[in-house]
Amino acid sequence: MSLVEKYPEEVKAIFAKYPADKKRSAVMPLLYLAQREEGYVKKESMQEIAAMLDLDTTEVASIVGFYTLYHDEKAGKYRMQVCNDLPCALRGADKFLESLCGNLGIKVGETTPDGLVTLEAVMCLAACDKAPMFQLQDGDKVEYYENMTVDRTMELVEALKKGGKEIK
Amino acid sequence: MAKLINLTINGVAVTVPDGTLVVDAAKKAGIDIPVFCYHPKMEPVGMCRQCLVEIGRPAIDRATGQPALNDDGTPKLQFMPKLETACTNPVSEGMVVLTATEKAKAGQKELLELLLTSHPLDCPICDKGGECPLQNLTVEYGSSQSRFIFDEKQRADKHVHLGELINLDRERCIQCARCIRFQRDVAGDPVLGFYQRGRLTDIVTYSDPGFDSVFSGNTTDICPVGALTTADFRFGARSWELKQSASLCAQCPVGCNVTFNTRREAKSGGVMAIKRVMPRQNEQVNETWICDKGRFAGYHYTEAESRLGLDAASMESALSQAADKLAAAKSDAVFLAGGRLSNEDFYNLKQLAAKLGAKAYLYSPMAGGEYTTAYGLGAGSNLGDLGKDDTVLVVASDLYNEAPVWHLRLKAAAKRGATLIVAAGRATKLDEFASFVVRYAYGDEVETVKGLAGKEKIGDAIKNAANLVVFYGSDGLGLAGTSALAAACADLLNGKTGKVNNGLVGVWNAPNTQGAYELGLAPAADLKSELKGKTVYVIAADPAGDDPALADALKSAKAVIAQDILATATTQMAAVVLPAAAYTEREGTYTTAERRVQRFYLAVPAKAGTRADFAIFAELGKKLGVELEGRSALLVMNKIAAEEKAFAGISYARLAEVTAQWPIVGRGDLYYGGTGYENKLGLGVHLALALTPAPSTSGRGGQMRPKENELVAVPVSKIYDLGVTMAPAKLLGQRIGAAAVGLNPVTAAKLNVENGGKVQVQVNGVTAEAIARFDESISTGVVLIYRSFGIPISEPTSVKIVVAEKA
Amino acid sequence: MAHLLLRHRDIPNLDQLDVYVKNGGFEAFKKAVTAMQPDAVTEEVKASGLRGRGGAGFPTGVKWSFIPKNITPHYVVANADESEPGTFKDREIMDFNPYQFLEGLAIASYAVQANLSFVYLRGEFYYLAKKLDACIAEMEKAGYLGDNLFGTGFSLRLRTHLGAGAYICGEETALLESIEGKRGQPRVRPPFPAVVGLYSKPTVINNVETLANLPYIVTNGAAGFRKFGTDKSPGVKIFSLSGNVNKPGNYELPLGATFRELIMGCGGGISDGRKLKGIMPAGASSSIIRVDDTNLDKVLDTTMDYENVQSVGSLLGSASVIIIDDSHSMDWVINKTVHFFKHESCGKCTPCRDGNYWMLHLVERIHEGHASAGDIQLLKTVANQVNGKCLCALGDFSTMAVTSALERFPEDFHVGQA
Ligand SMILES: Cc1cc2nc3c(=O)[nH]c(=O)nc-3n(C[C@H](O)[C@H](O)[C@H](O)COP(=O)(O)O)c2cc1C
Ligand code: SF4
Ligand code: FES
Repeated sequence: MSLVEKYPEEVKAIFAKYPADKKRSAVMPLLYLAQREEGYVKKESMQEIAAMLDLDTTEVASIVGFYTLYHDEKAGKYRMQVCNDLPCALRGADKFLESLCGNLGIKVGETTPDGLVTLEAVMCLAACDKAPMFQLQDGDKVEYYENMTVDRTMELVEALKKGGKEIK
Repeated sequence: MAKLINLTINGVAVTVPDGTLVVDAAKKAGIDIPVFCYHPKMEPVGMCRQCLVEIGRPAIDRATGQPALNDDGTPKLQFMPKLETACTNPVSEGMVVLTATEKAKAGQKELLELLLTSHPLDCPICDKGGECPLQNLTVEYGSSQSRFIFDEKQRADKHVHLGELINLDRERCIQCARCIRFQRDVAGDPVLGFYQRGRLTDIVTYSDPGFDSVFSGNTTDICPVGALTTADFRFGARSWELKQSASLCAQCPVGCNVTFNTRREAKSGGVMAIKRVMPRQNEQVNETWICDKGRFAGYHYTEAESRLGLDAASMESALSQAADKLAAAKSDAVFLAGGRLSNEDFYNLKQLAAKLGAKAYLYSPMAGGEYTTAYGLGAGSNLGDLGKDDTVLVVASDLYNEAPVWHLRLKAAAKRGATLIVAAGRATKLDEFASFVVRYAYGDEVETVKGLAGKEKIGDAIKNAANLVVFYGSDGLGLAGTSALAAACADLLNGKTGKVNNGLVGVWNAPNTQGAYELGLAPAADLKSELKGKTVYVIAADPAGDDPALADALKSAKAVIAQDILATATTQMAAVVLPAAAYTEREGTYTTAERRVQRFYLAVPAKAGTRADFAIFAELGKKLGVELEGRSALLVMNKIAAEEKAFAGISYARLAEVTAQWPIVGRGDLYYGGTGYENKLGLGVHLALALTPAPSTSGRGGQMRPKENELVAVPVSKIYDLGVTMAPAKLLGQRIGAAAVGLNPVTAAKLNVENGGKVQVQVNGVTAEAIARFDESISTGVVLIYRSFGIPISEPTSVKIVVAEKA
Repeated sequence: MAHLLLRHRDIPNLDQLDVYVKNGGFEAFKKAVTAMQPDAVTEEVKASGLRGRGGAGFPTGVKWSFIPKNITPHYVVANADESEPGTFKDREIMDFNPYQFLEGLAIASYAVQANLSFVYLRGEFYYLAKKLDACIAEMEKAGYLGDNLFGTGFSLRLRTHLGAGAYICGEETALLESIEGKRGQPRVRPPFPAVVGLYSKPTVINNVETLANLPYIVTNGAAGFRKFGTDKSPGVKIFSLSGNVNKPGNYELPLGATFRELIMGCGGGISDGRKLKGIMPAGASSSIIRVDDTNLDKVLDTTMDYENVQSVGSLLGSASVIIIDDSHSMDWVINKTVHFFKHESCGKCTPCRDGNYWMLHLVERIHEGHASAGDIQLLKTVANQVNGKCLCALGDFSTMAVTSALERFPEDFHVGQA
């Protein structure tokens, strides 16, 4: 199904955001929409978006390639993106990440065998005072988890398995 | 005229128009500032940072608002603490530019070193080796040792196929974006893009087929390293082994100036062979570009296996036989010649036919030359000059497919502010750049053009245009249709004949159709009946291959003499075959549709047992008692100039003249304009306007229109087809594709035809298979049939389409 | 003292429209639109001496006055990209005091006569975009946005635009490219955005915090604003304090407050009882201030304003103060920063793209203990090769920590056993 068929209201709202003759601006929100269900943008979606915006598919792909929150390959259902940039690292983020790897049994960049979580290391997320922290990318959504411990994170992973996101 | 600005560069005083960039001003002054991302045909982006220089500007005294002075009364200069990019800074009055100070040189050198940290050191096996700006600069500045640890160099894929025509070596790419910007800004086909970012940035294409643009080859010329190469030339030769020979592209009526690079090869028996086609600068014709048809199909047909040739004795006997047949036929002979012949060939042919009293026809699917010779572009015209206040009208032509470089130049004219009106029976690529798109139903061409003047905005744009250029083509039309269309278009140009940058241009399908018309040839209205029972002399044309009806007509001819460079259906049924030399093997001139006469030079020796067409005519003349010039093309041109009013004053010497062109390409450095060639052998000369009175333009029209429940087939053109000069281009096989027909989905639905489905086409007595392609932009009841795909179509005609049986 | 910007710390539920309005919300915007000429607003802001809080400290009113009147439309774009490592102040404002920021954006839009303005948020601020969208909807409902505001002819609409993970989109021209639906790569300047900006039209780009100051300035006048801060750096500033301190977080202090007040006072001192070794006042883009027994007091007593931080060899920038204690070696620190910049280099220009690639290799080799003496020298050279040659400031930023660490902490850089 095409994006327009699947999300007619959203597509309309996105186009309404920008001046009518500047519809190229809609490319970024449309890419998020395309990523909503499976967490990555398929070539067909790029083609569809290109057609909607009078662009060449290459121009759309080139945006996907530039920004780190768009993905062109399938990964785990959730991408757990741990900040280990300088300020967080000063507060132990590297160690936190290392323990997470041990607990999840995967290396950074890998996905848990059940396909639930892909663990990633990312740059500063503007939560430096609440390290260790990570964001969870789920399709087109991003959520922050701050002042985390390994235990609480594993609790979250359990919750995610059951379809929830709540932790104490 | 822009204001003039005075500045000094390395102490040299320079005066240039306001708005000139420092890098260009330096170039004009003979100072080369190294660049990678900058290209004089594109907007500066300041990305590569190679062009770092010191720039000082006169300081202004804050208190007085006047220029501040040093104690000695000289103006005080303010230098930025940082080096600046010469490619992004426009000149200003009193500016002082220093490109060779220690600071500037150090900046340039350091920059180069940074580039090389990521660049492979594979010059010895790189196609660009020998003509590589990066290599040249490294030799000039570089230290012999890298401070970078070799193992840490970034590795990347070295064999990426951006489609089957262009290869990418990701390791060599320096991310200057010239290719991306060319495709987006010059070609208007944004099919290349960057992927990822930072050091990982690389070039990708997502089009299908990959790198889907008819201008793709140009990116290999402007790529300042060996990252982009053509599949045609890759590993073909080292640049320093190559000789250059000036020539023209013979694939369409634009007449792009090219350089053939040749070298001696064992493969070709130790004789010279053409290795590649490169653009040769002619700012009035093709600037520094050529299309992929010219680059990849280009000359290849001249080295096809089906080349004809005869040993000396057989040639002599063939000439005698031909002469006998012509002598017997006299005025019962009919000459039929294609637009691939040169002006000299046409001239001799015309003389020969005239002396015999025979009829001579141009073999062309398109008529109207009597208008283009009378209303054609005035001498001195240059599409590159069109801009604000000017209007260009394109009717019934898909320029992207039929004359790609015009597509590019008109797109640029529109960008400069010209009003571009595109009127066609279907959507074309030029629409995107047009100010007005006029869509008509096939059959309404003439009525549409007649109605344009009455339209509010379009009419104003035509009437009030400072300059008006009209292109007309044969999209959907045959001879009668194009003739009527030419008349209607000429009507719009009344009162503007002979004016610079005004005129009518025919989008012919051959390089010298215009020349044929200028020399008085024209197509026969009813060729079939003209041929029946006659002695037919066919030159550089394949009527039998194009149309079974013409093949039949030739069968019923008394005798057929065929002269060509390649074996064709027509040569196969001829009683006498005369092998001709290809244009790459001889000298001559073509007249472009813009009425510019241009020379082509000998690039490779003539294939054994062939002769130039004009010489063959002279030989026949000798045998028939007609004195014709056959010694050299130059001498024939002298005769043409003496006898044909339009050609008055033209000589080979004049045609070889060159005046300074901007931008400067190919001087000592290769950074600037890319590896396209400087023009040293002639920019060509515009014809004077034909002095024959212009024919009446009124009272023509009336095309075939589909009636209710009837289908009408119309002929259209595609850049890559199976024509005689295209088919031998093996590299383009995929892009040529299968025979196809275009139709509106509504029409298709009635016929149960699916998009991409196979259909049987019954037209002109032939049943052929084709793929159906939907085109929502065309009128219902119309079927587009592509010329030169084996389905004969020369005029709009009725057609039957049925879904092909599934295998 | 009551907060000017972090007012939500004094007033609960300030992110609800009625609460905000009850506390004087939108009075300033109304005053500007109904009682002031647009130019008068600009003049007031000029007089206030407000300087951009995005990092460069450029006077805001002056920036507005560059907008040409004869080219329309105009746009205002709020820079909510907040991606400098160590910076997290805009996030708090938008999360808890969103209306004050949006009111500031509305005032700026009126001052330059923009009828459509954007908030550009980094992609990670997904939840903030949702929140701001909701706030904007509330404002529309309440008549603070829309046509003919307050019965005047002025119309205004606000829109959010989410980035998607790219530090460079904080650079104003890259940001504009991103809104236009392109790769976020900086443009050549000039022309500056004030003349050729969003959609090629005159555009003002201001940081979230900068804009959040505007309601106060319009309400209290330039003089009211100048009660805080220094003469050249008036007003208050949110300092994002992170790293090895006991109480990291955002702290609103007048410009000209000392490092001591921030680090020792607000931040509760260095964590784990360790010693202060280095300060990065402008996030990862800082020159690292060396602190040791010889200069501890001098550094701590340095005032934090746009001029004075230079006296200890750095810049205030976005005031994202990263504290490094003596358990960390500076080779590790610059390994982190170079990693960051290499990852975030947009790749458009050579020195930044290739220089950071090269620097990273050198820094890693040094950090892993395989470096030769030449490598350390080379790192310095490469940093110099990059500095001052790039298309945008990111390239320069990437060399700041490297150059200063090498110069000021030579003892942290060891020649390794090969
Ligand atoms: C690489 C780079 C990143 C930047 N990131 C931000 C940012 O995240 N937020 C911000 O407000 N300004 C950032 N800036 C500064 C902006 O370019 C711009 O100067 C600022 O938004 C102007 O607003 P102001 O005058 O209100 O400070 C960045 C600049 C550069 C060169
Ligand atoms: S300095 Fe870096 S971020 Fe800025 S344009 Fe150059 S490559 Fe891009
Ligand atoms: S930056 Fe000037 S040529 Fe590339």
